[in-house]
Amino acid sequence: MRVESQDPLAAAAGRAKALRRQVEDLEGTDVRDTLVAALYAKAEDIYQNSVIEPQQRVDWDQKVDDILTSKVLGYPLMLLALGVILWISITAANYPSELLATSFFAIEKHLSAVFAKLNAPGWLHGFVVLGIYRSLGWVIAVMLPPMAIFFPLFGLLEDLGYLPRVAFNLDRLFQKAGAHGKQALTMAMGFGCNAAGVMAARIIDSPRERMLAILTNNFMPCNGRFPLLIAMASLFLSGGFARVNLIAALIVAAVVLFGVAITFLVSYILSRTLLRGVPSFFTLELPPYRRPQIMQILVRSLLDRTLPVLLRAVKVAAPAGGIVWILANLHIGDLNIIGHGASFLDPLGSLLGMDGYILLAFILAFPANEIVLPVLLMSYLGVGAMLEFDSLAAMKTLFASRGWTWVTALNVMIFSMLHFPCGTTLLTIYNETKSRLWTCAAAVLTTGTAVLVCVVITQGIAVLQKLF
Amino acid sequence: MCFIFPTVGPKMNHRDSVPRHTAADYTICLAGNPNTGKSTVFNALTGLKQHTGNWPGTTVSQTRGLYQYAGKNLALIDLPGTYSMLPNSPEEKIARDFICFGRPDVVVVVVDAACLERNLNLVLQVLEITPKVVVCLNLIDEAKRRGFSIDVRRLASELKVPVVPTAANRGSGLDCLKKHIWNSASKKIEAWPNLVQYPEVLECSLQQLEVELTRISLNGLSKRWVALRLLEDDKAALTLIKHYSTLSTGRWVCNEG
Repeated sequence: MRVESQDPLAAAAGRAKALRRQVEDLEGTDVRDTLVAALYAKAEDIYQNSVIEPQQRVDWDQKVDDILTSKVLGYPLMLLALGVILWISITAANYPSELLATSFFAIEKHLSAVFAKLNAPGWLHGFVVLGIYRSLGWVIAVMLPPMAIFFPLFGLLEDLGYLPRVAFNLDRLFQKAGAHGKQALTMAMGFGCNAAGVMAARIIDSPRERMLAILTNNFMPCNGRFPLLIAMASLFLSGGFARVNLIAALIVAAVVLFGVAITFLVSYILSRTLLRGVPSFFTLELPPYRRPQIMQILVRSLLDRTLPVLLRAVKVAAPAGGIVWILANLHIGDLNIIGHGASFLDPLGSLLGMDGYILLAFILAFPANEIVLPVLLMSYLGVGAMLEFDSLAAMKTLFASRGWTWVTALNVMIFSMLHFPCGTTLLTIYNETKSRLWTCAAAVLTTGTAVLVCVVITQGIAVLQKLF
Repeated sequence: MCFIFPTVGPKMNHRDSVPRHTAADYTICLAGNPNTGKSTVFNALTGLKQHTGNWPGTTVSQTRGLYQYAGKNLALIDLPGTYSMLPNSPEEKIARDFICFGRPDVVVVVVDAACLERNLNLVLQVLEITPKVVVCLNLIDEAKRRGFSIDVRRLASELKVPVVPTAANRGSGLDCLKKHIWNSASKKIEAWPNLVQYPEVLECSLQQLEVELTRISLNGLSKRWVALRLLEDDKAALTLIKHYSTLSTGRWVCNEG
């Protein structure tokens, strides 16, 4: 036994040891079991005395659960919910997006006129109007409408109590991948924001499975990336179809599912290599379905999700727009700085089915994924002849003039889905794991996956096109 | 803490998870099983906008808010949901550590009126740690709708602590809850809760250990609770107890006799 002055509990602990043996002999079981048994008995006793349970009534929750979590209908219903939400978001966002874009560019003309009247120098007009103002306009026009529609719909599912059912459905797949079933909930959070998703991984008890959830959370597109996916899908992939919005929704849904598949695959590989172990069991409570508080959802999704995300995007996009304009207009030799950077990245870019400008935009958007599109537009526009920019359709023309095909758009979507986490998320990963190594691993793992998948897609399609 | 960009790191280690009282006269914490509406109660009392959702695990770290009652500032802490005071995940540990070592003036245990039996386990465990408990019988409207009939008065007399039925999402019962929290915090009412009686041999051992513990300064921890942890040899809890009991003095204090 230790010296008493070192540890005041030592004497009591020694006493407890002897008493514990005595109790265990008499009760015939572990002390913990005896305690728990007494607690449960007492709780049951109090319950019986003060509660009258309902007479047998139809248990609607149970009936709905039987359908939503059934083996046959569970997965199709999940896909349906995802598809419908995306379809509504894309369809309903089209008109306000177009309206916002048109009005922003109408105002831009007036702003330019004012600058001209004041005889402002060309660089000032370029920096403020063509740089800062324009990127702000793009961010708001492209991001605000889909977010303002997607978030309340997602909040509705959350308030109803559907998310735990999704976790329940996916549990078997996670078990097979060697991961924890609650990872589905952290992925659902990642839909909103990956940093929040990484933090939500705290609901997973086992450190190994928690690490899996943290490392793979980035494969869920956060709301900063959603608008890019939607823009790419509606701009390029669906051209020529009659039901453009529906096809676009299906494409985005397919890309999200692809992200889920990659999550399973990476979890599977990791749990058999770096993070070996057997998945632990857990109990997940299926909460009762509750009537959603509609007004609450509308207000909260606007104030807690839409506005913070938009504000962050605006905060990053405004300076980024200005900086990119400068970079695009400062020339070294006969090429501007953006052009130098892009041509340096071009070989890698074309290997991945994209170009140097796109890769540069992804890198410059490291602080916030929201600004990939504005940075890209800015760097394209800064170089070539000034395009008249009055609608979102002009974006397609611009991209097409840069040699984009549907393969490029597909690669941008995939790369955006899989590439390195944004600065905030990486910081959160570091805070949660307290390990530089695992934080780096998160960045390398995701980017490596992105590069690998893009190369396979690009080269695969190139081979197929040669064959047929 | 969802969908809000986290600007501060997680509070995982023991020292961080036990904040000191600041700018408040009393500290109240909300504990309870997952998905019983703690965050809804929190928002209703403080007027803050903590994210809520109908799934277990919406809150993963503690959140603090303030409200006034009787001219005093009360700090309200929203703890992550937990099934028991014997934690087995980081966020359950946050809840347990705060209740045991955060020196809250009152612990409000939010229970789901429709799953009362399971929720009562937690109430009984919290009562072993502190007598200053108010039970918030939340989602009472939903329980009624589903056909449960709950004798609140009987429940309160069984537990011997205040039980307040609420439907926090509609704001009903909250005034009463505030009143009882105030009564408990300002020590208008001294509670002698009905603790779980264990088999005789165990109670006998507990008594002997409690006598042993009177020689040690426990910094306000319940002797019975410490004795229970000693008896079941809960090593994780004992380490914290040792650390905690030396916090204020910086060295071991032994009372003579």
